[in-house]
Formats: sequence, structure tokens, C-alpha cells
Amino acid sequence: MADFLLELLSEEIPARMQAKARVDLERLFVAQLSDAGLKAGAVTVYSTPRRLALIAKDLPAQTEAVSEEAKGPPESAPDQAVDGFCRKNGVTRDQLEVRDVKGRPTLFAVINKPGRATSDVLSEAIPAIIKAFPWPKSMRWGDASASTESLRWVRPLSGIVAILGDDLVACEIDGVTSGYETVGHRFHHEGMITIGNAGDYAEKLRACHVLVDQAEREAIVRDGAAKAASDGGLELVSDEGLVIENAGLTEWPVPLLGGFDPAFLDVPEEVIQLTARVNQKYFICRDKSGKLAPNFVCTANIDASDGGKAITAGNEKVLTARLSDAKFFWELDQKTALEDHAKKLSNIVFHEKLGTVADKVERVAKLAERLASLEGTGLHRANPEQTQLAARLCKADLVTEMVGEFPELQGLMGGYYAEKEGLPIAVSNAIRDHYKPVGQGDDVPTDPVTVCVSLADKLDTLVGFFAIGEKPTGSKDPFALRRAALGIIRILIERDLTFPVKRTVASALSEIIPLPSLADSTTGLEIAKEYMGDGKLGTAFAMEAVKKSTIAAKSVTAEIEARGPIIDDVLEFLTDRLKVQQREAGVRHDLIDAVFALGGEDDLVRLLARVKALQAFVVTEDGVNLLAGYKRASNILKKELGEGSAPAQAGAHLPFEQTDATAGDGLLPSQEYSSVKTLSYTPEKAEKALIDALDAAQPNVTAAIAAEAFEKAMTALADLRAPIDQFFEDVTVNDSDDDKRTARLGLLARFRAAVHQVADFSKIEG
Amino acid sequence: MEMGAGTFHTATTLRALGPDPWNAAFVQPCRRPTDGRYGENPNRLQHYYQYQVILKPSPPNIQQLYLDSLTAIGIDPMLHDIRFVEDDWESPTLGAWGLGWEVWCDGMEVTQFTYFQQMGGFDCKPVAGELTYGLERLAMYIQGVDSIYDLDYNGNGVSYGDIFLDNEKQMSEWNFEVANTETLFDLFNKAVGECENCLEAKLPLPAYEQAIKASHVFNLLQARGVISVQERASYMGRVRDLAKGSCEAYMAKNAEDWKLRHPKWSAA
Repeated sequence: MADFLLELLSEEIPARMQAKARVDLERLFVAQLSDAGLKAGAVTVYSTPRRLALIAKDLPAQTEAVSEEAKGPPESAPDQAVDGFCRKNGVTRDQLEVRDVKGRPTLFAVINKPGRATSDVLSEAIPAIIKAFPWPKSMRWGDASASTESLRWVRPLSGIVAILGDDLVACEIDGVTSGYETVGHRFHHEGMITIGNAGDYAEKLRACHVLVDQAEREAIVRDGAAKAASDGGLELVSDEGLVIENAGLTEWPVPLLGGFDPAFLDVPEEVIQLTARVNQKYFICRDKSGKLAPNFVCTANIDASDGGKAITAGNEKVLTARLSDAKFFWELDQKTALEDHAKKLSNIVFHEKLGTVADKVERVAKLAERLASLEGTGLHRANPEQTQLAARLCKADLVTEMVGEFPELQGLMGGYYAEKEGLPIAVSNAIRDHYKPVGQGDDVPTDPVTVCVSLADKLDTLVGFFAIGEKPTGSKDPFALRRAALGIIRILIERDLTFPVKRTVASALSEIIPLPSLADSTTGLEIAKEYMGDGKLGTAFAMEAVKKSTIAAKSVTAEIEARGPIIDDVLEFLTDRLKVQQREAGVRHDLIDAVFALGGEDDLVRLLARVKALQAFVVTEDGVNLLAGYKRASNILKKELGEGSAPAQAGAHLPFEQTDATAGDGLLPSQEYSSVKTLSYTPEKAEKALIDALDAAQPNVTAAIAAEAFEKAMTALADLRAPIDQFFEDVTVNDSDDDKRTARLGLLARFRAAVHQVADFSKIEG
Repeated sequence: MEMGAGTFHTATTLRALGPDPWNAAFVQPCRRPTDGRYGENPNRLQHYYQYQVILKPSPPNIQQLYLDSLTAIGIDPMLHDIRFVEDDWESPTLGAWGLGWEVWCDGMEVTQFTYFQQMGGFDCKPVAGELTYGLERLAMYIQGVDSIYDLDYNGNGVSYGDIFLDNEKQMSEWNFEVANTETLFDLFNKAVGECENCLEAKLPLPAYEQAIKASHVFNLLQARGVISVQERASYMGRVRDLAKGSCEAYMAKNAEDWKLRHPKWSAA
């Protein structure tokens, strides 16, 4: 048993790549060992900016000898086949054994593989690991790079230390050969260090100012930064990301406290923090009262000869320059009112087919105001004037210097500038937060003004890009439309906003592609706009309305017709995103499909409420049995009527529900059967019971759905469970009497249609 | 010629192509209109100097050569914190990229250090190492001054500010507020046209100069704030096509000679 040390020395490895590199090194090493039938004891991996290292404990000196058997052709096979088999297995003919396989003498080769020296295995494994290493970005360098086939590494690979026990593991890759020697700290130690074995590696490096264990360096940064702050009477704003990054940038971390001119504290805290953190990798500090202090902690990579005075002074100078830039922007931006900044948005093209940012802002303002007037959604609590104002100013900060410098501060800066101008708090909040929610963990706005502006902005983006045919495809989503859609969904759901998405989408679209203007009489157009959102039938209504108006409006009807598919596409995209989001949240996908398959519903909150009610129902005993009954009925209908899978229709809330519902199963027989009212015979008891139950349940289900009481609808459906069970128990559907058969199939169709009012049960698994 | 960085110089961009070794060092005046601060920022200017070094192929001891050069000009690495911080370089307008670092001295970026991987869309074979020193910043360290404008320019009473402060104030105003954008758009289109003209005549060097001109005019338009995020991509695409075209023409013009002298070399 011996311990193995591998060090791959290179020029500075980016800090952000080191954690994954350690994992990859261990994974690749263990895989190489196990391919050779070796297993190490504990494996430890280290990284510094200049090296990746691995120590594997207790490696056996040799791999185990193995004996493998290969079955060959029958003994009687032609020489050619037998020779081929021998070649393949590296044996000679006289080494083959003959064994009986199902009565046939068959040739076998027994291949004895002796154990290999572990160091030989490692000699091959090391170059293989280096070649296979999955750096996020890699490069070529030096003389060898005259060919594009040359070795790639994250930065030039400069050395390999590979020692098993006390012995060198000899290996070579692209001119880099293994040895005992490595380097210490770039400035604290000149010349090479000779490593004896895995046991003295870390200590020899430590003596040369290299702490090879990242956990140790992280602890020094974490605790040292906190101590540097507290020594100065301050409290460090802890930031684990910065701890890891600074540990990845240093081999010998030395935290140092510095300061800056308190005059810079006029600049918003976020700006100071961003400048310090992103540009300089400094920690920031607070004073005892919790206010941002004019101090920072930087992490040097050296024990400087003057104790760090020059380094601190240098870093202070850099931060001062950065902050003076920020202060310059902060003051310059405020010299112009947001309203005037906003005027410059007309110089910025949002998209060549969607106009300038100013055009977008105009659309968003109109849409936001319309949202603010939607009754019964909670949004009408938003003050319409404030909503308009916020929407008109929400993008103004895009032309400010500060956002030009720090794009991630968009929104936030607008909010600050609005506040400084003395605009109402609801307006500055909306400007600040209208991009929310940005990521998955981000908050959803609560203030009604913010919600209106946020929704309007996202809807305009989504609908706009769909209108010009820029839909996301596969992994390509250059305009971040998935994020916009998810933002809309989260706002609707988390703020419980029940309103007709389709009509809102149509409304957004009418701002993007305005309907041709209709001079004075706009009645037809108004009606058209009103109904456009309601799909095919709505479009028909709209066209009718336009025709009836006094103006010949061919172009308008053409326009209306053309935008139907766009609206449908947006709706489909939104529901798809909702599905994905719900699936990720752990909701059963078949239940989502069952509810979504009904179509017609464009109120996401209602859709979701229905999915949830269904989820609760299908696991109850009633639910399980009703589903079984449904499947049986459905199968019979399919078999007897040769139906395909019957598409369901829901939409109890839609005005044209009756029309659509009769078209229900899409096939004439069902329609005919389900409308049978009078029977030519006396029904059997169970048959009568089912008819009565359906008569009773159907209006209850319809009423419950109309009232959005989905649990109630489920309860009403549950009343059908006993009668359907009994029906199948007692009644023969496929009766020889044609009248009876027809009537009973009709009854099953009716039962199925009743269930479909709630969800398409055919999609439910189990 | 106005250019944003020493990298744009033919001695860097074009010489990074092809198999011939190339070692060059030169001072490059740079203009970056959007970096103008009206002379109010102590270390940010729209016009400054770079010391540009290119070593091809990159020598194995290039980092040490670089560190020795810092020591040589008076920066003590035991007193200052010198670090190589990841900064990959990409120039969409040159169709080029490389991996490397920005070198920090006490938190200030004093050098850009890049291993060119591609230039004008072509793989660099072999790879060149590029060192771009920020001359003013290094001088500030050595002279111990807090502002670029306080640098002693000639050891005889003339400061950097005496020479450049007015220039920064006036150029910032022009870059951001005054430059006639119609004229700029016109200049851009003319440079594009002339570049195409040169490419047609198979003259890569003048073609490339026109590409650099277009690139600088584009930067001025950016400073004037008249190019939107969306348009930006399309303008950059046009400049990239010119730069790439020039690189292609350069490769084509030299390919035969290169192959003759480096039989194993191939462009692809």
C-alpha cells in the first residue's frame, strides 16, 4: 500500500473554475483507477490559483491478476475463423481449450491477465485525465500551438508532480514530463521545491508560502476579513461568494482593512457595494448602527515587506477612482429629470420591427393603465395616473450614465432618481421593481401600481416578439421570452389575479399592431377589439361588428383575422410555461394535461385551482373508482363506435359553451346519443339510477364550475360513482336490441361528457 | 490612426496570423470615446497610451518575463500585490478571442495579458502572447501620484495634465455632446465602402485601416448614445465583416509564401 500524489501546475486558474475542477479531477481519477480494477482509500483534492492536486491514500502496489474467458467458434469451424479468434484474443491455437456447449465441442480462450504495477497504470492514467479534463474554456499555447491538435488546458500547463510512495510515476504529455519538483509562492519563494511524497507535500508548500488546502485559505479570508473589520470597530458584511473567490485568487491570503472618503456615501449603497464587490472583490463593512461604513476589506496574496501599507494605499486609490466615477454619474444623472431622460429613449431602437424604446414605453403605459382599470382583479386599486406615470418613466434610467456603467442597476437607479425628484412613492417603487421577478428566487411585486407596470412591460415584450415571428425555438431564446412568460405567470398566480389573459394579450397586440384607424365611427372597432380575444368565435363576432359599422373595413377584418393565430400562440406559450413551472413544482403532469387538454380556459389562476382540486380528488376512493368507471365507459364507446380518443371540451364559463359542448366529442354519434331524451323501452333499475344521477349531477357540476368552486364540482362528480359502478354491474350495454344499445351508449357518452366538464380524464394515469 | 487598443494595430492583429514568429513592442496611443470623464476622473481618460508587446509563439516563461519587466521599471513585487485575475478577451469586431488575465497591482488593472486563440475568425497557429501595459497607471505607481494629471511628464516641470487635461475636457464634450451624428453615420458608411473597395483590389493592409476607422466611428456613435442595444449588434457585425475580410485577404496574400517556408503549416 502506498499513497499517491498528483499535482498539475499551471498558470493562474480562474477562481470561479476551481471548485468544479477539484470535483472533476477526483471523478476522472477514480474512474481511471476503477477501469484498471484499482481502488484507493481516501481521495483528497486541492486547488490554488496555480495548481490542482490530488492525494489518494493506500493504493495497492499492483492490480489483481484476472482470468477472463472468451467463447469462440465450434471446434469444427474453418481455420480462418479460428485464427481470427486467436488473433483477437492474443493467444495461440494450442492454448485454446475445447468445451462442450449444448453437445457441441466449442473453442474457448482463457486469457490470464497478470496484475499490473500500479505505477504503470498511473503513468497512463495521468495523461488520459489531462486530455479528458472538462474545463469550461481551454486554450493552446507555445510552440506546440502551431498545430490545433496540441494539448489544451485552462491556461498553459507547466508541470506535473506524480509520486507513488516515494517513487516517481513517470509520464509525459505534450512535452510536459512528471517530476518531483514544483514551485512555491510566486514572490515569497524563488526556485523549485522538491517534494518527497504525498505526506510532506502540503507542509513543504506551506513552508514556501502556499496553503494548498482551499478550505484553510477560505477560513483565513472569512475570519481574517471579519477580524480586520472588527479591529477597526466595524462589522463585515459577510459574503461567502467573495470568500471563495478570494481564496481562489490567492495562495497566501492576507486580509487588509482600507478606507475611502465618507463623501462617497452619498452614492446609493447598492452602487458602492457593486463597485467594491464586482470590480474589486472587496468586502464592505457597516458601522455599529448598521450604516454602510467608508471602509472595505481587500485580500492580498502576500505578506508585504511593509506590513501591507502600500497595498492598502494602492487599493484605496483604486476604489476612490471607481467611486468617483460612480459619484460623477450619480450627480450628472440627477441634473436631468427622468421625464427628460425618457425623451432620449426615442433614439434607442428596441427592435427594428417593434420601434424604439420610447414606442415600447408608450404601449406599456397604455396597457398598464388599462390593467389598472380592470375590475374585480385587485389591480383596480392601482391609481391610474400613478400607473401611467410610472410606466412612462420606467425605462428612463436606461439612458442614465450609471446604468450605462452598471447595467445590473437598471430599475434600481430609476427608483432612486424618482425618489430624489420627489415623485410619489408608488411611482418610484414601480420604476424600481417593474423588472421583477427576475430570477426564480426573486420576489414578485405586491404594490398594485408596480404589478400593473410589470405585467404590461412583460406582456408587451412577449406579445411584441410573437407578433413579429420571433418565438423562442429549442434552446434559442434571445429575447428572454421564457423569462417574461414565467414572470407573467408568477405575478398572476402569486398575486391571485384572475383575469382573462386572452383578452389582455389581444389588448397588448392591438397596441403593437394598431388596427387601421376608422375615422369617426368606431363602434364596430370597439366591439371588434372587445371580442377579438375570444378565439374563433370572438373573431367572428368582431368581424360581424365591423361589417355592421358604417364603414367599409376590409383591411380591418383582414387584420383581425391575421392576429388570431398570434394570440393563440402566445396563449399556448404561456400555458406551456405554466405546465413546465407546475411540473417543476411537483404537480402530477398527467393531471396538468387532463385539465389543460380542455382548452378554452385562459385564466391561469382558475386553471391551477382546477388542477389542484383534481389532484386532491383523484387520490380519494371516489376519485379512484370514478376514474375506473370513466375508463371503462370510454373503452366501450371507443370499441363500439370506433371512436378515436375523444377530445374533451370544457369552458363552462364561455358564452358559447352550449355550441361547443354539443360538438363535444367531435363525432356525430355521441352527439346523437347524448341528446336522446325519451326511451322506447323501460330502463332497468341501474340504468334509470344513472340517468337520474346524471340529471342531478350535471347542473351541479356546471354551476360549481361557473362559480369556480372546483372542489364542489368534484363532489358533484363523485355522486356519479355509485350509479356508474352499479350500471356496469347490472346492465348490458351491448344489448341485442338496437334501441337499447344505442340508448345505453348514449348514456355512457353523457357520463363521459359530464366528467369532461371537469377534466379530460383520459389523460389521467392509473 | 485612431484605435481603441494596441491590439488593433496591424503589428498585432495581422501579425498574429500565419506561422512566422513575431516579436514586437511599441507604444500605442488609444482612444475610447466612452471612457471620457471631462478630465474629472483621476485615472480614466478617453485618450491614453498603451505599451504593446506581442510574442509569437508565446514563450514558456512569458509570465516571468512580464514580472521581471515590472521589477525593471521599479515595481517591487514584495511591496505590492501583483495578481493574475481571469479576464478572457473577446473582440467581436475583430472576430477574435483569447484567454488570459488582467494583471492587478494593488487592485488596479495595469496590464492585459492574453493568449490569442483566434483572430479574424482564424485559429492562431501558433498562439501569440500579448501584453498590454497601461503606461499612465504604471507611471502613477512608480511616481507615487494619485492622479494621472499629476504625473511628471518630462522631469522638467511639465505635468501630464499640462499636456492632456484640456484635451480630455474638450474631447469628452465633443465625444458625448457635440459630434455631429449625421456626419458620423456618413463617415462610417464611407469607411465601409472604402474597405470593400480595398478588399476588391486585394489590398489587405489599407482595407484593414478602413475597418479600424469604421470601428472608431462606431465607438463615437456609441458615445453619442445613438445606437441601441439591438442596432449595436448589427453595426458590430458590419465592422467584424470588414475586419474578417481584411484578415482573410491577408491570409490569402501570404499563404503561398508561408507554405513555402513552413511546409507543415496550413491555414485551417
